[in-house]
Amino acid sequence: MRDVTYLRPRTLSEAVQLYRTTPGCRPLAGGTDLMVMLHARTLRPEPRGGAVLDLWSLAELKGVRRLGDILEVGAAEPYTGIIGSAEVQQHLPALAAAARTIGAAQIQNRGTLGGNLANASPAGDTLPVLLAYDVVVVTDRRSIPIDRFFTGYRKTALESDELITAVRFPIGRQVAFRKVGTRAAQAISKVVLAVSLTPARVAIGSVAEVPLRAHRAEAALEGGDVAGAIAAVADDIRPIDDVRSTAAYRRAVTQNVLRGLLDAFARG
Amino acid sequence: MHFTLNGRAVSFEGAGSRRLLDVLREDLRQTGTKEGCGEGECGACSVLIDGEVVNSCLVAAGQVEGCDVTTVEGLATNGGLSPLQRAFIERGAAQCGICTPGMLLAAHVLLQRTRRPNAAAVREALAGNLCRCTGYTKIIEAVLSCAT
Ligand SMILES: Cc1cc2nc3c(=O)[nH]c(=O)nc-3n(C[C@H](O)[C@H](O)[C@H](O)COP(=O)(O)OP(=O)(O)OC[C@H]3O[C@@H](n4cnc5c(N)ncnc54)[C@H](O)[C@@H]3O)c2cc1C
Ligand code: FES
Ligand code: FES
Repeated sequence: MRDVTYLRPRTLSEAVQLYRTTPGCRPLAGGTDLMVMLHARTLRPEPRGGAVLDLWSLAELKGVRRLGDILEVGAAEPYTGIIGSAEVQQHLPALAAAARTIGAAQIQNRGTLGGNLANASPAGDTLPVLLAYDVVVVTDRRSIPIDRFFTGYRKTALESDELITAVRFPIGRQVAFRKVGTRAAQAISKVVLAVSLTPARVAIGSVAEVPLRAHRAEAALEGGDVAGAIAAVADDIRPIDDVRSTAAYRRAVTQNVLRGLLDAFARG
Repeated sequence: MHFTLNGRAVSFEGAGSRRLLDVLREDLRQTGTKEGCGEGECGACSVLIDGEVVNSCLVAAGQVEGCDVTTVEGLATNGGLSPLQRAFIERGAAQCGICTPGMLLAAHVLLQRTRRPNAAAVREALAGNLCRCTGYTKIIEAVLSCAT
């Protein structure tokens, strides 16, 4: 790995400049996804003699800020900081809940929302929560509504030289989060759900090539039809058969988890 | 590049994109930190950066510029083993020893922050540290025996 240059910009504007002008350059935040790939040389496209651009210590990308009725989380703020933020605990408990399920302390101390977003794994655990809150992904040049962010398997709307700087959450929405199955529990297929009633949002991870909104289920919920939503969600998702379980089983698990979350809402 | 390792100023040459784990073991010859999986899953390579436990196989060495890094070598006090280290030995919490340095550092952070952790808190604090040998019970007992 001696061939990969390490770049440490001191400011965001320096980072933006370096990203634009350095060929084969990859942003590096907590490294919990990137460093494994870099070391195993499985990064595609390969950063041939390229560089990593270290965003970890950029002050502009850290912290949780209140902006009126919006809570802004810095792209490079680690999960530990998100979990420990009083504002997140008060206004975005579903985000704190999702962050607590990510790896153990070592991963929570480094992993970031910017990394989870840019990595765009269909199994990224914060991503359904971001969809249920209708967050806005703020970059160095624009704001991207989250429902336009994921464009395909591990593909995003980001330009090749675009950096995520923050994620903006609306305050005041009730979102419930549930994750079933973990990396450690390999026998059970994983399903991750985040649900809001007003507005109706049903966002699901690990059931398609992208984290998705279940639009049919949402339409049923909008009309107050809980049973209809649970039935419809089976058609919204696109699970696959693989070594761990079958698509039919994944549909059933998703319906059960959605039922559980909606029951919990009904009980208050 | 410069950082503080176990209270001592150190520096290394070469690409900052190398893993902190390799810089510690190869350049600085501090071989207490172990490599298990190399993928962030096992915690054998755990070190503290500014007091927070991280996997050094996932950290680019350049990222610790100006930081305080603590490895297992830094846990000894006055040249002797720490009470936690002695408890691991006395209670049979180390067998092959590959997981031990990481376990010690993760447990050290817990004991610094929580004076009387219960077994569940110890399990949670060590959830990112895997052990193939001990079955965990003796490790948890050793940590609990150090609660003050
Ligand atoms: C043991 C282990 C357990 C894990 N468990 C979970 C889990 O339970 N749930 C889960 O969802 N994930 C999990 N992960 C994956 C990972 O921790 C998360 O995806 C994390 O959020 C990645 O953040 P990072 O800062 O470490 O990203 P990095 O590894 O630094 O970067 C990831 C990708 O995002 C890009 N990137 C990073 N920041 C930016 C930015 N600001 N702008 C543009 N691009 C950027 C990088 O170039 C890279 O392509 C786990 C990983 C490990 C090793
Ligand atoms: S070697 Fe780093 S976590 Fe396993
Ligand atoms: S003592 Fe061997 S892995 Fe823990």
